[in-house]
Amino acid sequence: MAANEQLAMLVQPDRVHRALYTDAAIFELEMERIFGRAWLALGHESQVPEPGDYFTARMGREPVVVVRKDDGQVGVLVNRCAHRGSMVCAEGRGRVERFVCPYHGWSYDRAGELKAVPFASGYAPGKLAELRLASAPRVASYRGFIFASLAAGGESLEEFLGPAKASFDDFVDRAPDGELQVAGGVFKHAYAGNWKLMLENHLDGAHPAWVHASSVAVARNAPDPGGERYSDIAVRQMRQNGAPDVVWEATGIWTTARGHGYMGDYHDDDRLVVGLGNPVFDAYRAQLIERLGEEEADRILRVTLWNTIIYPNCSFMSQFRQLRIIHPLAVDRSVVYTYSFRMPKAPAPMFRDTVAFANVVNGTGSWVLTDDLEVYERIQRGLTSSAPEWVYIGRGYGRDVEDQGTQRGATGTSEVFIRGQMRAWLDYMTRDA
Amino acid sequence: MTPEQFLYHEARLLDLHRYEEWLELFAEDASYWLPLEHGQKDPYETSSIIHDDRALLELRVKQIRHPRAHARQPLARTVHQVGNVVQLGETNGELQIGSTLTVVEFRNDKQRVYGALVEHRLRPHGNTFRIARKRIDLVNSEGELDGIAILL
Repeated sequence: MAANEQLAMLVQPDRVHRALYTDAAIFELEMERIFGRAWLALGHESQVPEPGDYFTARMGREPVVVVRKDDGQVGVLVNRCAHRGSMVCAEGRGRVERFVCPYHGWSYDRAGELKAVPFASGYAPGKLAELRLASAPRVASYRGFIFASLAAGGESLEEFLGPAKASFDDFVDRAPDGELQVAGGVFKHAYAGNWKLMLENHLDGAHPAWVHASSVAVARNAPDPGGERYSDIAVRQMRQNGAPDVVWEATGIWTTARGHGYMGDYHDDDRLVVGLGNPVFDAYRAQLIERLGEEEADRILRVTLWNTIIYPNCSFMSQFRQLRIIHPLAVDRSVVYTYSFRMPKAPAPMFRDTVAFANVVNGTGSWVLTDDLEVYERIQRGLTSSAPEWVYIGRGYGRDVEDQGTQRGATGTSEVFIRGQMRAWLDYMTRDA
Repeated sequence: MTPEQFLYHEARLLDLHRYEEWLELFAEDASYWLPLEHGQKDPYETSSIIHDDRALLELRVKQIRHPRAHARQPLARTVHQVGNVVQLGETNGELQIGSTLTVVEFRNDKQRVYGALVEHRLRPHGNTFRIARKRIDLVNSEGELDGIAILL
């Protein structure tokens, strides 16, 4: 199982073989050929503002440390001592002068150079000079978002992002002076399912009416909490998941050559989107107008991109400033890190809405998220069945349209974005390097 | 009723799936809070695993009963083990009660265990109490957790 011809048989235009979700050998190949080749989102520059600031992350199988080096550049070091393999840095974040291995005290500088080794006389002359922490060969940022690739060569980050750059532009342009900070803690939620299941869910406009039926029904029957109440955002967002079919069908959905995807706005609630008449939002809009003029401010605020997927490991949305990174752990186990962003120069209450939104929609105890996780786990269990062997991704198939270098679904509930992910999957899995 | 007996009563209502009666133990201005970060001071500037006011907590209980609450139907079976009950203080007539909580959850052929430090603010109400605030600090709140679909 690995010949390219065999892999190609698993991905057909409107269906894929269940082995993509259940076969451990395919998973290993994905780690090598997808997570070992693609640009992977790792975080945001605000997490490492000063030299020595670091946070730990994963790139497929590789535990890594993202660190601000002395030259001001961001480096991505593999968190594994060159000696006997211990992780040199505990999980988490902080600031360091040197990464010191806990086993024998080998120490590395912020660029991963080996600086000191106890009992160094035990090694042949010159031997230690060959050793250092491995590092990701390519690291780049797009508008503050840090990416790295384990492949030495390949397209630039901007080429990789392609039309999906517009989603990051939307994210950043909404912040006064373009300033964003990761803030408010990191949710880390795991599920017993394949990593692709999350990416296939976030742009799926046909699922909320079913998966989220219970939270929609309860929120709809609840009285309005009122604008200043903490629960207001929560109730509004849960109701919005119950938007009528016609709204979902009218939503835009696009996919790019690399498998990225994004959806247009499905919200019709003013506080959730344009917020006109809300005093906090009005103050925020006034700040943008003061900096950019009314025309540009309103152009930015009228952009109605909602969820965006950057294949293969990232999902984000700009309106409430949430970004999720998925780490595959095994063919049937994944963990998702969810980050919230503050706009330091926007009115402070906006971040409170971000926190309330994060808790209710993306939080580990959310009654929205937990229903998604339940479904991922049921899919994983269901796909142990070989009757049938195929997973059907044909909604809207045959009606996808070319749209300025992307493919657009004929309607908002098209599975065009999953077909796009699968084309990218096959491309990574079968290309030469 | 002593604070200790009240905490046992509360735990038993959860284990018997008597969530509506459990909800009635909370005052109208109550908060129910599982912080995300160790030592977290603020539920508004930092995310929380759960942060519900009384209105959201009521919706959460209603959602549990919805036939398509996929992560909650069928309901998990649980045991809430309350221990180390101590009075930490008293403010404006409200008792500040500390306890430890161990919960064993069983659902979908999986058993999971939670451990937490808990702090109740109990407001005297007739010969019993109303919960003005419940804070539950999971030992692994910052760790990689499966979704939490039970009430702690």
